[in-house]
Formats: sequence, structure tokens, C-alpha cells
Amino acid sequence: MSSILKIALKLLVNDRSKFIALLVGITFAVFLMIMMMSMFSGILSRSSSSVYNVGAKIWVMDPAVNNATSSIPMPDYVLSSARSINGVKYAVPIYFGNALVKLKSGAYQAVSVVGLDDATLYGRPELIEGKIEDIYAESAFIVVKDAEFKKLESPAVGTEFEINDHRGLVVGLAKVASGGLFGIPTVYTTYNRAITYIPSMRFTTSYILIEPKHESDIPFIQQQIKKLGYQALTRDQFVRKISDFYTYQTGMGMNVLMMTAISFIVGLSISGQTFYTFILENLERFGALKAIGAKGNELIKMILFQASFTALIGYGLGVGLASALMILAKLRLPSYAAQVTYTNLTFAFFMVLIMAGVSSYIGIRKVLQIQPFDIFRG
Amino acid sequence: MGNVAIKANALVKWFGEGEAKTTAVKSASFEADFGELLYIVGPSGSGKTTLLSMISGILKPNEGSVLVEGKDIWQMKSDDIADLRLHKIGFVFQDYHLFPRLTTVENVAIPLILKKMDWNEALKVGLEYLEIVGLKDKAQLQPVKLSGGEQQRVAIARAIAGKPDILIFDEPTASLDGDTGRKIVEFVKTKILNPERCVIIVTHDSRIYEYADSIMKMEDGNIIAFERNTNAIPYMSHEK
Repeated sequence: MSSILKIALKLLVNDRSKFIALLVGITFAVFLMIMMMSMFSGILSRSSSSVYNVGAKIWVMDPAVNNATSSIPMPDYVLSSARSINGVKYAVPIYFGNALVKLKSGAYQAVSVVGLDDATLYGRPELIEGKIEDIYAESAFIVVKDAEFKKLESPAVGTEFEINDHRGLVVGLAKVASGGLFGIPTVYTTYNRAITYIPSMRFTTSYILIEPKHESDIPFIQQQIKKLGYQALTRDQFVRKISDFYTYQTGMGMNVLMMTAISFIVGLSISGQTFYTFILENLERFGALKAIGAKGNELIKMILFQASFTALIGYGLGVGLASALMILAKLRLPSYAAQVTYTNLTFAFFMVLIMAGVSSYIGIRKVLQIQPFDIFRG
Repeated sequence: MGNVAIKANALVKWFGEGEAKTTAVKSASFEADFGELLYIVGPSGSGKTTLLSMISGILKPNEGSVLVEGKDIWQMKSDDIADLRLHKIGFVFQDYHLFPRLTTVENVAIPLILKKMDWNEALKVGLEYLEIVGLKDKAQLQPVKLSGGEQQRVAIARAIAGKPDILIFDEPTASLDGDTGRKIVEFVKTKILNPERCVIIVTHDSRIYEYADSIMKMEDGNIIAFERNTNAIPYMSHEK
């Protein structure tokens, strides 16, 4: 570090009260921004959990579908048509629905039911207990052992329960890549059992999952599906559609944006005001430095360094604090849906840079305005 | 190096325009030599500080020129003038303007740091200058823990640490009691002034006139008298 920056650093950190106030302001702002964005990211990620967990390359759905859990059943001919499209390796139906489970304790628990294609079991989860072929057994269900598992009173293989007044039998426990958004347990069964157990309309296919022969076939498949009046989306496109729905059509995105903006403004106000006070208190000394022979760019360098240093420390503390709180929250609430992403970190970092930039701009303007002559005049 | 440290030619400075125009200095010309302790004296508002600012490259005159060691400083670019101040001129401000969050020795090292000297080297040299002003034992204290006279001496150490040819003091005794003020000026005369350095002091403290080699009196922006003090206490500096 150059000697002049060392001076700048000492001026900053030796003024403990202001340095702490600056750090608190930026840390608080970063903490709030990271928390808000992480919660939002977590929610968005969870909202697409079914898409990630099933893992199909192409999802066929009614164009009005805007999130995975609100499917609009499609007639059977769509499946037949999809299977006949050039470039389709195979196409299978999948069912998503909800049911009520009556537990041994007598309590009721809502569950999310995934009905897998009877012939292929395409989209099946990874089993951690039991055998996948047991899903064909009478009343068989596979329970996902995730954060919501305890809500089913932690069943073991062989546990019986009632599901929509039908007998249910746990034949396996599974794990999935991502937990659901709505805090209810997930069970897997066959497609036919699912539509038998869960009251449904005339059409039952929630989605058609397509495996293309080649990646290059995807645009053609999408075109053909569109001609049927339906929509074929790749996994990423579907995830984006779901994210867009939660971001723009539920008010959630706007709320998060507003909270993030408020956090930014609060942080900017505290850091800007404190930094401005810091500069004002040292203004005469900066003027004295100018009189002694410091050039404008050296003073700018000092102020930028002070602002950047504070911003980076505050950023680190804010990220650390937010991460620590999330870890603690997850220990207490396993289904806590917050996740720190690189995008969140980059966005918060960018906002902190703006804070540092605005704060230092105010300081730099003030310092460049002070004339050494003012120092002589007192 | 010639004998003339600073030469001011017909300096004029006014502030404001139209009816608000005030002429602070009206055609001031003088010379200050190396080895000379020059006082600029006069009542408040007489133009002393304005003149001081013009000759030290801080305030641009409206008319006239300032030659520092033969170079017309107001023909230079602003960065060159800043360089000149850093390398040739040392300042001791009326309120010292020491950085309260830095230690005494760090304050003294500032001109050296501005000259791009390595941090440790600058502190080492700073310590030497603190020794010259008799404050080596207070090197690690913050200025607020020093008395007014000690702070003044730290400011002097800072001003001379860059080995300037010209030292400028603005009202050095204004914030000090009479005895401390005398001691400071005596210190400057006996320890700081030398044949290769010119010291200019702006003051209206008549108690310290006996140390001056020359006294320039100002009134209403005019130099009304320039007197040589033949009875001045001689210098005996070993610094530099």
C-alpha cells in the first residue's frame, strides 16, 4: 500500500466512532439487501423444484400455465401427437396434484402427489430406502425425505396411511434435488394410481415430458406442439416462466425490489451522511494538505480509497451476517427458503459500489472546492 | 542559488466585482533573501494573509508576478505550483492544522509521504525532525495530547521536514501565551533559520519584533514601510 493511502486509512480507522457508523450503515444495507434477495432467490428456486426434480428436457403444457403446481390438464391426443413428432425420442405423461393424508395420529396433512408414467417411471426420484419396482405394488407410495418429511410423522418403509380415503403404503423413501415452496410433503406414485386416488377432471395429464433425439430437434418439436395449441418449453424456459410469474404477477418481485431499494437508500443515507461529516471534519486538514503541496488527484485517491475500503469491509460484514443468519435459520427451520447466489452477491456488491461512489463523490467535491487560501484565512 | 528567495513585483489582488469589489493588496513589491527572517506586520484586514498566499503559490494575483528562486510561479501550471510548494515552501498555519487522528510523527512525515517517500523511511526522518524541535519523546502521541506550544513545534517540524528553502508562518504566536510565543520564534530564529533558508512570518504581535531581520508594514493593502532590523538576534541554526 502506498504511503499516502496508509495516511488515508489511518485517518479513517482512527476516527473510530465514524468508522463504526460507516460500517454499520453499509453492513446493515448489505445485510438487508442480501437477505431480501436471497429469500427471493430461494422462493424462486423452490417454485421450480418440480421442474428440477423431474429433470425432463422438454415440458409440454397449456400456454396458460404459469407455474408448475397450477397445471391445466391436457387431453390424451396431445400425448399421442407429441409421440409422433419427428425428433421425439419418447414422450410420457406426468401428473401433479394434491391430496390429504390422514396420519396415524388422526391428523390430516396435505401432500403433493406426483404420478409417474406407469411404463417408464420417468422423472422418478433417487431412492434412499426401498426398491423402485415396489411402486407397482398395491397402494404403493414413495415419500420424499426432505424438510417436510416430519409432517408425515416420519414414516418408514411399510408404514400405512390414508390418502384421500384410500389406503396408502410407503414402499420407499427418496431424496430430491430441491424442496417444494409450499411446505407440504411430496409423495410419488404411478400415474394411474394418482388419477385414481385424486379426484380429477375429464383430462388428467398435467404435463407431457419429452426427450428429444437431439438438442437440435427442440425448436422443431416446439413448433409442432405450438401447432396443437400447446406450449413446449425447455427446462430452463419453464423455470424462467415460473420465475417471471412470481416476480411480475404476484407482487413478490416488486415487494422485494422495494425492500432492496429501501435498504439501499438507508445504507446510502447513513454512509453518505457519515462520510460527508467525516470529510467536513477533516476539510481544513485536506486544505492544509493542498497548501503543503498535495495534488487534487492524490486527495481524490485518498477519499476513494477510504470510501472503497469502508464499502468492502461493510460488504464483507453484511454478507457474513446475512449468511450466518441464514445458516442459523436453516438449523431451526430446515425448509427455510433462502439461498445466497452469485447474482445476489454481485448485485449487492454493485449497490455497495454505488454507495461508495456517491459518498466519495460528495466528499471529493467538497475537498476539491476547499482552497488553501481558506486555510490561511481561517 | 541566488541570494533572493522571493521577489514580488507589483502584486495586486482584489475580490468581488463591481460595487462589491475590494482590493486587498495594492501593488505590493518587495524582496526576501535567504538567511533572512522577514516579518509582515500590520492590522487585521491590511492584506498580510493575501500577500502571503500570493507569494507562496496559493492565491493567484490579479496583477504582478512572484519570482521564487528566479522562477515566475504564476506562469506555471497548477500541478507544478503544487510541486513547488511541496519542495520549496514549508507552511506553519495559524491553527497548525495537524491531523488529530495521526500520531505526532505521522503528522511530521506528511510532506515526505507526499514526496513519495516510503512509509517507514518517512517516519524515521519525521522522528529526526521531532528531535530537532525537542519532541522526540512525544512521537507516538496524538496532537490533541500536546500543549499549544508543542503543537506549534510539531507544525514547524512538519514544515521543515520537507527541507523547504522558504518557510512561511501565519500568525505563529496568535494562539500562544506571550512566553511560549517568544520561545517559538526564538526557536525558529536560532534553530530553523539558516543562510540557505528564508523565513517569512505574518504577525501583529509586537512582542516578537526583536527577532526579525526585516519588518514589512502593511496597511490597507499597501506596503507602507520596509525596515531592516540591525539589532536583530542572530540565527545559529544547525538544521539543514
